[in-house]
Amino acid sequence: MPTFFAFAESRDGSLRKVAFETVTAARQAADAAGGGEVHALVLGAPGIAARAEELGRYGADVVTVVEHAGLERYSPEAFAATAAARIKSAGARAGFFPASAQGRDLAPRVAARLGVSLASDVTSFELQGDALLARHPAFTGKIVVTLRLTGTPALVSLRPGAIAAAEQPRSARVEKAEPAADPGAARVRVTEMSQGGAAKLDLGEAPVIVSGGRGLRGPENFKLLEDLAAAFGNAAVGATRAVTDDGWRPATDQIGQTGRVVSPNLYLALGISGAIQHLAGMRTAKTIVAVNKDKDAPIFKIADYGIVGDLFEIVPRLTEEIKKVRASQ
Amino acid sequence: MLKIAVCLKRVPEMELRFAIGADRKSLDQAGLKYEISDFDGYALEVGLQQVEKAGSGEVVAICLGPDGVQETLRKALAIGATRAIHLKSDDVPFDGFAIATALAAELKDGGYDLILFGKMATDTASGTVGPMTAELLDLPAVSAISYLEVGNGRGTAHRDLEGATETVEFPLPAVLTIDEGIARTRLASLKGIMAAKKKPLESKPAQLGKVSLTVESMDLPPERAAGRIIGEGSDAVPELVRLLKTEAKVL
Repeated sequence: MPTFFAFAESRDGSLRKVAFETVTAARQAADAAGGGEVHALVLGAPGIAARAEELGRYGADVVTVVEHAGLERYSPEAFAATAAARIKSAGARAGFFPASAQGRDLAPRVAARLGVSLASDVTSFELQGDALLARHPAFTGKIVVTLRLTGTPALVSLRPGAIAAAEQPRSARVEKAEPAADPGAARVRVTEMSQGGAAKLDLGEAPVIVSGGRGLRGPENFKLLEDLAAAFGNAAVGATRAVTDDGWRPATDQIGQTGRVVSPNLYLALGISGAIQHLAGMRTAKTIVAVNKDKDAPIFKIADYGIVGDLFEIVPRLTEEIKKVRASQ
Repeated sequence: MLKIAVCLKRVPEMELRFAIGADRKSLDQAGLKYEISDFDGYALEVGLQQVEKAGSGEVVAICLGPDGVQETLRKALAIGATRAIHLKSDDVPFDGFAIATALAAELKDGGYDLILFGKMATDTASGTVGPMTAELLDLPAVSAISYLEVGNGRGTAHRDLEGATETVEFPLPAVLTIDEGIARTRLASLKGIMAAKKKPLESKPAQLGKVSLTVESMDLPPERAAGRIIGEGSDAVPELVRLLKTEAKVL
């Protein structure tokens, strides 16, 4: 029976949402292949083993847990050596990584160690005989490329949020293992990890994104967006490249082809004209709302709901209305 | 004396409207114009700044592709690279591992202190070649860095994650891929453009690895259904909230 590998990303002792997505993808691939075992790998500081069972809920048959004090933070060399060794020893048909910041670093390293290629930042895939077909948005989102990946193992990194985590409970067998390379001997070391505001929701995980462009006129006016995000209670604040280039907001908040690519349930584009490079980062949102004073702004072409007018009047009113909705829920 | 290689990719200008070719697997070449991929331009700038800071050294620009990429390399020389290497290949495969194999073969005995890449090419948007090349060369690597400090044979870099930033330390020689926010590509001066004509540009065949990732087809992304403008000014807000609740069901 073929084996399908999934890398389960964790941070600070918890599994990240993308971990359930890679396991879901591996489960779907195994089922489509007529059955197969899903082997998940999770690395972290001692204590991470307590999270292993959560992966069984999404369809993992085997969870390999590698606990080591030197793996509290990402250790690229130890992670890559361990993932490559597990894929090899399992004889995996395919391996799934998240195209997250960590996965984008890890997956190509693992591929090179195994001497194979990688389909990167994939939004959907299917196995077709000896090949794996993968869809990948390229050319600043203007073209969707279908890639044919041949050979085994077929390694794929999945765009966060593209494949929804789906529960398919199994009682996963948990196995403990040692890292395949000593984290203490690593050349590259993550010496510090600073959180960008502890209580803030990450753009990749927030169900609602409130995003601002040049129409905000200055950094101080982003307070309006933060108030709206707070009213939602499950929202993060994003920005356009023009805004982050001008230093109004940190570069990490940029949504677009060259920044974060997001797919929230609700995306509010406020004072954003809708440049191609921005649309590439948010066009897969479920529902898009645009507020702009220019009725001909390109953002209105892709927005489900648009309001033409002054965002400095509209946004505070919206904040009040959302507060009322949330108070009644 | 710092020796730096910068691996550049020639990509189509992204502002243009793309059409898909008759084979449904490639871009229609008509009207395409080319430039250095954005992030690779930042990598070139980082290389130049590091050599300037060290006081001496060289920046070698490397590009894989057909003869046309020599123009891209001349541009890098005009911006400030010391010399250039063209790895000639009429096709540039989508397969990052095949390209990393060719680059590793060229870089292996180059004696570089730093090998720089953009964090991804803007056309294929894959970001695999830099980390793969590092693994093939068995060199320490940090990808998508937004800050760099180099001294005494070691480096410190920052890497932005979702909602956090990592500080990473590494020894030289090393491979780094460059995110935005670290440096803006300088423009070529007239003097630079004149000097570039006399700088060495060596061309040799690329030793591509086996290609196992190919383009099956290209499509335009699905259009979103046409939206509607529901009103003007703040009076439209209650209607918006109603639609979000009852129609879109996202509240």
